[in-house]
Amino acid sequence: MTVASFNERSKGGVGDGFRGWWNSLARPAQWAFGVPVILFLAVLPLLNIPLLTTEGTNFGSVMAQFGMYALIAIGLNVVVGQAGLLDLGYVGFYAVGAYTVALLTSPDSPWNQTGDGGFLSKDWAWLACLPIAMAITALSGLILGSPTLRLRGDYLAIVTLGFGEIVRLLADNLEDITGGGRGLSQVAYPRVGVTPEFPLGVFSAGNVGKTLNSGVWWYWLSIVLIVIMLLFVGNLERSRVGRAWVAIREDEDAAEIMGVPTFRFKLWAFVIGAMIGGMSGALYAGQVQFVVPTNFNVVNSVLFLCAVVLGGQGNKLGVILGAFIIVYLPNFFLGRTEILGIPVNGSQIAEYKYLFFGLALMVLMIFRPQGLIPVRQKLLTYGRQLYVAARRRSKEEHAEVTK
Amino acid sequence: MEITTLVAGPVNFNVNALAANFWQLTIDGLAYGAIYALVAVGYTLVYGVLRLINFAHSEIFMLGMFGQYAVLMLLGFTPSGNVYAEGTLLTIVYLGIAMLGAMAVSGGAAVGLERLAYRPLRKRNAPSLVFLITAIGASFVIQEFVHYVLPQLTNNQLGGVNAQVPIRLVAPEEEFTLFGASVTNITLIILVSAFLLALGTDVFVNRTKFGRGIRAVAQDPTTATLMGVSRERVIILTFLIGGVLAGAAALLYTLRVPNGIIYSGGFILGIKAFCAAVLGGIGNLRGALLGGLILGVMENYGQVLFGTGWRDVVAFVLLILILMFRPTGILGETLGRARV
Amino acid sequence: MSRDDSDSAHDPGAVGAGAEVGEEYRHMSEESFGEGPVGPMILDEAVVVDVADVMPELANPEVVAEIVAPTREIDTRIGEPLVELDKVTVRFGGLTALDEVTFTINRGEILGLIGPNGAGKTTCFNAMTGVYRPTSGTVTFDHQVLAKLKRNQITRLGIARTFQNIRLFGEMTALENVVVGTDARHRTSVPGATFRVPRHRHEERDAIDRGMALLEFVGVGGRATEKARNLPYGDQRRLEIARALATEPKLLCLDEPAAGFNPAEKVALMDLIRKIRGDGYTVLLIEHDMRLVMGVTDRIVVLEFGKKIAEGVPSEIRDNPAVIAAYLGVPDDATA
Repeated sequence: MTVASFNERSKGGVGDGFRGWWNSLARPAQWAFGVPVILFLAVLPLLNIPLLTTEGTNFGSVMAQFGMYALIAIGLNVVVGQAGLLDLGYVGFYAVGAYTVALLTSPDSPWNQTGDGGFLSKDWAWLACLPIAMAITALSGLILGSPTLRLRGDYLAIVTLGFGEIVRLLADNLEDITGGGRGLSQVAYPRVGVTPEFPLGVFSAGNVGKTLNSGVWWYWLSIVLIVIMLLFVGNLERSRVGRAWVAIREDEDAAEIMGVPTFRFKLWAFVIGAMIGGMSGALYAGQVQFVVPTNFNVVNSVLFLCAVVLGGQGNKLGVILGAFIIVYLPNFFLGRTEILGIPVNGSQIAEYKYLFFGLALMVLMIFRPQGLIPVRQKLLTYGRQLYVAARRRSKEEHAEVTK
Repeated sequence: MEITTLVAGPVNFNVNALAANFWQLTIDGLAYGAIYALVAVGYTLVYGVLRLINFAHSEIFMLGMFGQYAVLMLLGFTPSGNVYAEGTLLTIVYLGIAMLGAMAVSGGAAVGLERLAYRPLRKRNAPSLVFLITAIGASFVIQEFVHYVLPQLTNNQLGGVNAQVPIRLVAPEEEFTLFGASVTNITLIILVSAFLLALGTDVFVNRTKFGRGIRAVAQDPTTATLMGVSRERVIILTFLIGGVLAGAAALLYTLRVPNGIIYSGGFILGIKAFCAAVLGGIGNLRGALLGGLILGVMENYGQVLFGTGWRDVVAFVLLILILMFRPTGILGETLGRARV
Repeated sequence: MSRDDSDSAHDPGAVGAGAEVGEEYRHMSEESFGEGPVGPMILDEAVVVDVADVMPELANPEVVAEIVAPTREIDTRIGEPLVELDKVTVRFGGLTALDEVTFTINRGEILGLIGPNGAGKTTCFNAMTGVYRPTSGTVTFDHQVLAKLKRNQITRLGIARTFQNIRLFGEMTALENVVVGTDARHRTSVPGATFRVPRHRHEERDAIDRGMALLEFVGVGGRATEKARNLPYGDQRRLEIARALATEPKLLCLDEPAAGFNPAEKVALMDLIRKIRGDGYTVLLIEHDMRLVMGVTDRIVVLEFGKKIAEGVPSEIRDNPAVIAAYLGVPDDATA
């Protein structure tokens, strides 16, 4: 997807300088810098920073939602940003993941495995269901992708949108199984850390009103998953798979002629994206412990897409920023009546969020289609030496020119 | 758990009901399908000329619904349960004025959308993914505008969370029966109007100079420009035609579904209309018309056959089937070929 | 990089996400990025890497040639026919694009395929590489009759090509472009790449070694880390050749590789082609420039209106009346 090339030439500014420095670090050095940053982000909800902390809603649960969206953004980024496949039905994979967990663990479900005769124990059900949810979502991605990825990009968008809608309609109509509009309640969650203060464990949705509430725990869990996913996706980017994806984006026909099995890798992108979406859905199900079809609609699909496009499609860190903006901004305004002394009707502004995001998409596509943090991908596993040498050389030349 | 119970439970498979009501379903389906057809033309023309799926076309349709509603309010009709104008002639006049109002609003919105959202991208030679994302963004913006901003602008007369209280100009009455199915005045109005509009559009595109310009640009933009066809004018014209037809469809739809005037009322219908356009052959004018009619009828059959909740799925299933077995559509695509 | 994208844009079946993407960005950047504060903006600094610094063994041309040399198992011996066209006819509807064309390409030779515009060179090329299935006649490649294949399978069979209008992956650096070529022969799976299994590591290291060697071989080594779109035109052409060689082909097809070159660059290109052949590759050259073709090829096949009108060594072709007539035309009274 040459949106990157479409508006490339963003002059080498601060971002590129930073990137150059980061890319010249060896792996251990990168971890040394990265871990403190991650830790800081993790304790953010506990610090209760004045302007940052949301007023209308609990900051911990906002961050938990952000964690989920960040995972979704990473997954959708693989499909849209890396392979260049416009997927408007990503919410379908999210739903499949959530419903898999719910169907296997909710007492309302006919397939509940946590009761007598089931093979899941209540404490570890959620954790056990996580890989199952991912596997089933991956399978659905395979089934959806195989016939449709041969289609043109425009058609793919509509077909994936249809898929998202079909999943929602299935969930709504198959009442005997999914509970239809009533949904499935009492979905399992990891029963960890049972203490007198938290009788149901730290992950239960019932823990509200405390600083270390369930939202914060889910946030931490999602951070762990995000870091793992970033590592895996990063490995893929720097392999023949990532290179194939960029080649397909750039010039699919030429890639095919150069020996890239384009269909296979597009399908893999789809499946991987689906898996990550399913994982996030499972997180969602465990977090709110109640699954209804209404949330899995097209509007949310578009919001996911917005996060990816806004943050910087193709850039796995950029899309996390995009997810943060999508989740945090409306919640920032919700319930807020004054900012730094200026009175403001926060809740009303929060209501307009779809309007603002739609406008943001339109404006962004005209003026900065590569998003906030453009993609500058490294595609070689062992290329560091060369890039270090090149950077050193360019610095030398630059110094000479400016003398 | 057996697969059969999984499927058979919520899915009725009621063949008897289908057979018993076949003609009624068909005729009503054609009426509904005519509305899809008119909206589908907008998608197919824009795709033929620009290779762009105008996602926001569904919102153009929705604006048409509000447009005709506003016109009726300005004419003095007050929204309440049932308002039937006096006399056939006057009703037709009022309907005509309302349709013109809807056409004006939709047509204007379509052209405005093109100028504001798509033209800057064309100037920058953006890839198609960017166009699609902008289209989605525009769709959202228009919806939310009607949702939140319009009530403030019109003092809560228009827009908002709830559907508009209907203004019904025509009471549904059975005019005659055909093969045992009752044909109402509303069905007749829809079918006749849609037919005339479709005919007019077909003649315009295939027989007039402007239509030739559209077809030329659809086939080969560069050569068309060299032959003196103004690409920009053709694009505006294409959007205008699509918008006008969507506005007309909006009025006809409101006759059929009077309480469907709400900010989100266009979205699903638009997607289905696009499926219809692909079904008939994207880029093909007559294909869009055919596809719309087929979709309308199939939806009715599907609803009775499988249950009400499955109605909306029919469009997507048809889409997937046609893309798998005959991707160019029933009448064939005309990208680069003679007909638009 | 200009590209002729009309084919894939109008092909209903084409899933060409990248194909419609125009080269217009190049123009776009010229439009919207004009002058900077101190004269024309330097868009990307030209970064030339000293290869010997990073990979000292590549300073030795013999080592480079050895790394680049083909290693694939190939049934055909040197001098024997590698590609055989036997009465190949290709018809599109009523139009006969190729009419019973018969010739062979021997292993280790440089064959030139020439003819006036519309002679059928591209069709012939596509028939040879399995893109078109001949209406009648057979194409045999390395003792196997060619069936209609997917394009990436053709590459794995051992036929690589460059493009008339350069089709590099502009976003990627020169090295990455070449590595995509080497990837064609790699067998790491997706899960393998995710978990960085030993095969993945091995293939990645090998990719860099081979990629840098290839870049050195064609003479673009110093620019390994530059984005392909920023390379000078001549280097882009060479990079395309390097990328094609990276797929370890048995046959390398160069489609008008000298387009846009000045005479000095053409001479350098001739040297490169000879060097490629010297390293063990077989080369098919489609070209318009007569001097280049005469100077570098071993044999030439001439097409006109889909028929082969001459075949032989350059000196024979140069004096062949039919060839001269095809290019220059015949005086009117001669046809009367």
